[in-house]
Amino acid sequence: MSSDTTPTSKPVKTTGLHVGEPAPGVQKVDPILIADGVKRTFGGLTAVDVAHVEIPRGAITALIGPNGAGKTTFFNLLTGFDKPDEGKWEFDGRSLAHVPAYRVARMGLIRTFQLTKALGLLTVMDNMKLGAKGQSGENLFRSVLPFIWRKQEEEIDAKAVELLTRFKLDAKQEDYAASLSGGQRKLLEMARALMSDPTLVMLDEPMAGVNPALTQSLLDHILDLKAQGMTVLFVEHDMHMVRHIADWVIVMAEGKIVAEGDPHKVMQDQAVIDAYLGAHHDTDLGIDTEHVEVLKELIDDEQ
Amino acid sequence: MIDWIAIFSNAAQELISPTTAAYALAALGLAIHFGYTGLLNFGQAGFMALGAYGYAISTLSFGFPVWASVLVGVGASVIFALILGIPTLRLRADYLAIVTIAAAEILRLIFTTNTFDALTGSASGLQGYKDGFAALNPIPPGTYGFGPFTYNAYDWWIRIVGWTLVVIFALLTWLLMRSPWGRVIKGIREDEDAVRALGKNVYSYKMQSLIIGGVYGTLAGMIFIMPRAVVPANYQTSLTFFIYAILLLGGAATILGPVIGSMIFWVLLSFFSGFVARAVEAGWLPFMSQVQAGQLRFILVGVAIMLLVVFRPQGIFGNKKELAFVK
Repeated sequence: MSSDTTPTSKPVKTTGLHVGEPAPGVQKVDPILIADGVKRTFGGLTAVDVAHVEIPRGAITALIGPNGAGKTTFFNLLTGFDKPDEGKWEFDGRSLAHVPAYRVARMGLIRTFQLTKALGLLTVMDNMKLGAKGQSGENLFRSVLPFIWRKQEEEIDAKAVELLTRFKLDAKQEDYAASLSGGQRKLLEMARALMSDPTLVMLDEPMAGVNPALTQSLLDHILDLKAQGMTVLFVEHDMHMVRHIADWVIVMAEGKIVAEGDPHKVMQDQAVIDAYLGAHHDTDLGIDTEHVEVLKELIDDEQ
Repeated sequence: MIDWIAIFSNAAQELISPTTAAYALAALGLAIHFGYTGLLNFGQAGFMALGAYGYAISTLSFGFPVWASVLVGVGASVIFALILGIPTLRLRADYLAIVTIAAAEILRLIFTTNTFDALTGSASGLQGYKDGFAALNPIPPGTYGFGPFTYNAYDWWIRIVGWTLVVIFALLTWLLMRSPWGRVIKGIREDEDAVRALGKNVYSYKMQSLIIGGVYGTLAGMIFIMPRAVVPANYQTSLTFFIYAILLLGGAATILGPVIGSMIFWVLLSFFSGFVARAVEAGWLPFMSQVQAGQLRFILVGVAIMLLVVFRPQGIFGNKKELAFVK
């Protein structure tokens, strides 16, 4: 439970996830998601070209990379929201090629979106209930006979209340989701994803647009997912957050996986520095303050 | 002097007229499409035409009994919905709008063309299909009612059947929309990708919605032809837009909205046409001929609906709170 984790405590990192030296495409001890030769082009642009990658089970993996690296496209490919030109990828030993997005979700791989998709004109409660799997009342013919689904509805209701309480949204139950703040919508989207008891949660920029006060609570919730045995894969720009909670970091640049490893070590990888700063960053072309700042912060963090 | 009593009693008759019931049912179907699922169906007139022609052709050309003719009409509209939906429901919402408006016109032109005159009666349409329906009438011949609501047995029979259907389908819609199925449908209206990410087969739900709302339109088309003949000119695009007007008048995602909206629409229409016609007769509007007066009612209804949309955009039964969040 999130209330048990005090914000200042250092999260317990899961280690020993990989076999051999950390390198792009390194083999994992127990991978939950494996992608092989996944390629997606938009006209002449190759957005994603991943030779091999494995996502470790029961850990928090961060997918980072500069803008336009293909992180979100890779997410869409993995979850069935987009189709790759070639390649194969499997989740829990089952191939996901040509599996439509809704079936991927039913397998237990639930995602959230970079631009939050709260269902605005549904109440917070209805948003939550929509997340539950295998509802008999969602069948057209059974839906008109309430006695068939009433009991299940009550169970879903109880579960939703419990989750909402955990995410401190219980006071908002009957409000339209559109009335929530940006950060609350992120929380709602995450809580809604948990309604289906997923095994792998994929969060696309969970911290984007969230105010600092909510950031800590969101972080705790993500750590909580791991504590409950779920695997988390998330895309993020905020390096502090990545360093703070991720057990494993995968770095993408120009559609390829350029580095993988422990969050503290991967930042020193030459490929990562090249990806963020450009391979010729030693050559003086003027001042690129933004990226230099990021690296400086990282180095400060380290010390 | 203007005969106000006649104007008001004619207007009052529209409250329970079978045409009002037909429009209410068609608007209820559109509420499922547009109000709840967010499907832009601009071809409701096509679904109504399938009901009208499906029933009339089955009865006249094939001698089917009433129940079989109804099934033919419903079956035709299910097939029509599948043909419209299979290619378009995977695409963005506006493609469905383009395809439905065109498909409804194609249907109307097929019913109008001389090629199928033997079946469809081309431009002059069909009549003489009411015997089977009238034979089911349990009311003994005679005239019943009071004041403006005095009708013969057949006219009462149409009204009873029409409004019974409206009540049954309003209840069915209510049941559907309070169920988990309705929750998925409303979720799709808000953001179909989010619903897809939660493991729901969005395509299938949209198809179900398109078929159900279309069947409502088809049954409405059958009620619509009971007090009149089947004429292809009745199924123009404007019919769809009148039904949209009714829907927005009552409130798009409501059950009572389409029903009450249809009543208001027809009472207003009858009132304006009665008033303007008599005002021209009495010389109040010297600049206008009788023919022009016949058209003026639609202008006045248009103005009334514009005022309503400006001052009560959520419709009569719509939830004001919803509007606070519309971008």
